[in-house]
Amino acid sequence: MHRVLGDRRAILILLGPALLVYSLIMLVPMVWSLGYSFTKGNSIDGFTGNGLANFERLLTDPAVHEALWFTLKFSFVVTIGQVLAGYLLALLYVFHLKRASALVRTLVFFPVVLPTVAVGLLFQNLFQVAPQPGPVNSLLGALGLEPVDWFASGGTAFWVLIVMEIWRSMGFYAVLLFAGLVDIPDEVLESARLDGASGLRLVRHIVLPLSFPVLMSSLIFSINGTLKIFDAVVALTNGGPGSSTTPLTLYMFQTSFTYGEYGYGSTIALLLTVVSLLVSLVVFRLTRRDLTKG
Amino acid sequence: MSNNPRRARRARRTAFTAGTASVALLVTACGGTGGSTAAAPKEFSYLSATENTTVKNVLTTLSKEACAAENKARPLKVENVPQSSLDQKLQLLAGQDALPVQFAAGNSPALTGQLDKSGKIADLEGELSLLGVYDQLQPAAVSTIKALYDGKVSVLPYEYNIEGIFYNKKLFQDRGVAVPTTWDELTASAEKLRAGGVQPFSAAGKEGWPLTRVLSGYLYRSLGPDALQDIRSGKAKLTDPAYVKAAQEIADLGKKGYFGEGVASISYDVAMNQFLSGKAAMFYMGSWALANIADPKVNTVGVENIGFMPFPTVAGGKGSADQYPSNVGLGITLGAKSFDGKTGDWVACIAKNYGSTALKDAGTISGFKTNTPVQDANAVTAQIRKTIGDSKQNVLWFEALFGTKATTVSTSNAASLVNGSMSPQQFMQTVQDALKNQ
Repeated sequence: MHRVLGDRRAILILLGPALLVYSLIMLVPMVWSLGYSFTKGNSIDGFTGNGLANFERLLTDPAVHEALWFTLKFSFVVTIGQVLAGYLLALLYVFHLKRASALVRTLVFFPVVLPTVAVGLLFQNLFQVAPQPGPVNSLLGALGLEPVDWFASGGTAFWVLIVMEIWRSMGFYAVLLFAGLVDIPDEVLESARLDGASGLRLVRHIVLPLSFPVLMSSLIFSINGTLKIFDAVVALTNGGPGSSTTPLTLYMFQTSFTYGEYGYGSTIALLLTVVSLLVSLVVFRLTRRDLTKG
Repeated sequence: MSNNPRRARRARRTAFTAGTASVALLVTACGGTGGSTAAAPKEFSYLSATENTTVKNVLTTLSKEACAAENKARPLKVENVPQSSLDQKLQLLAGQDALPVQFAAGNSPALTGQLDKSGKIADLEGELSLLGVYDQLQPAAVSTIKALYDGKVSVLPYEYNIEGIFYNKKLFQDRGVAVPTTWDELTASAEKLRAGGVQPFSAAGKEGWPLTRVLSGYLYRSLGPDALQDIRSGKAKLTDPAYVKAAQEIADLGKKGYFGEGVASISYDVAMNQFLSGKAAMFYMGSWALANIADPKVNTVGVENIGFMPFPTVAGGKGSADQYPSNVGLGITLGAKSFDGKTGDWVACIAKNYGSTALKDAGTISGFKTNTPVQDANAVTAQIRKTIGDSKQNVLWFEALFGTKATTVSTSNAASLVNGSMSPQQFMQTVQDALKNQ
């Protein structure tokens, strides 16, 4: 075995096909896209070199600033929301519902398997004010409050989007974190309890540190998923009203494919890649430091 | 395994070369720069937007009846693409030099202009004149096409629509409202209707364009037929006071609640339904709505209760009420490369027969002459056909001369203008900024 793995030709034969496929479908398009960011034009007129003009435009384009700010804000709020909700649910499963949690787990997990577009339509109907008031506005009406046109302003549409995204994904994080909590040995919990730790103190000093690695994995999952949010926004608000709920991904899509500016679209995609990379690096560093401590 | 270093190096080199070669192959395939041979097309292929069913149905009828011989020589083949991904598909096909014989040419005239500049679109004025059928196009439709496409006939007028305000005669009568002819009368009527418990207008804020059309209507009446041409040429800006005033008027309609509640959530179908079920008294729309008006399943107030009025005049304005906003629907054009004798035969046959077949089968008005007399389906259709025949001067719609970006920005912000979350000044500034960037 050592002879085979020590032979460079064998390594090439074994790794080659996978590397080739990876290069063709991942690396080549990435480099290609990077190349486009130095051009202007489209497939009808052809592409011409544009130097750094796209990057200059990126710095001064208010729409990019708005989209970047929305993306970061959305990612921050949803990440906290979905990991926190998932963690609380996982604690509920393990310490309160115990073995009876299977049914609740299934029910909470259910939205994860629903198509995003269906969830988007569901929430549109839940929060709508016209042509008929949706359940949320009917409830407000029953309480004697004025109905709210949730999708008429960016502020309220943002919160509907947040609620939808957390509701949709918390079941996934609950199951992920549940797996981490189940792994905590019973003896440790038992001895902590004998030492007088209970409730919040038990969670703070025993459960939280022991489930920290899986909590960190959830955070990385969540940040990566939310920075690249696309389908949920398209289904619920399509970036509107105006462009107030447009994330970078959607702006990149519109620029490239609707406005036919492939070069500038690639530059926006590059910005998104850099942002994702930076955030991942920060989270990665935090995880590594904390893990060595723990 | 061999331990001979030379052989190993050679093998590595071979593998590397093979890898590089396949990458290069794939890249060239993706690039699509290879020019294909100019073989004559086997079919009369037609790429249509999925949403538009009229044109393909009428063409199919023609292929079986009047144009059966042309169809035998080059059979009609219809392909569909959702209208929202049409521009994307066309850009890809054009880049690969693989455009169909006939196709819907993009959502904004700007894209068609781009295709034309790169020589992908046939010069229809020249081709139709050569075929001797140029006179089969209605002059009004030709002038609309020329206004849209830089003075060229780039598309065929499969549809010819004018726009105005449809109203519910019964609701008007019950509340003692006369048909308004000026903007002030219109707003007064709207107030009277609202006070009488009827929603004055239904409008699709979700799509946005039905609202910006009202805005351009006001602009054309107050500033005259060149109002938006001046924006394009840079002679005026949307942020000029006279333009902001128009946005203010439309925003005021919303502020007073004339569009009902939650206008941003109202889709085209819902708006149509609100009007045709008697929940709203007025509906700004194009004559393509005649198909829904004539359908008793959708129109529960009865076709005899629907009237049509032109956009009212504005006091002291330069425009007049007989200037109708008009369009030719989603432009459908023909590829330059595949326009040969057999395609020409098809086009000549369409020019001679499309008008009457479309009116008879689908109840829609096209920009082709109706060579076989057809009985009008109802009074509104008759009124609109007469209006089109009498119309001397046409104007365009708000986004007609905008590029795709400004069009998207304008339509996606229209509901915000009407529901007050954006001021008229802000709205015009946003659209003006989008115009600058193209």
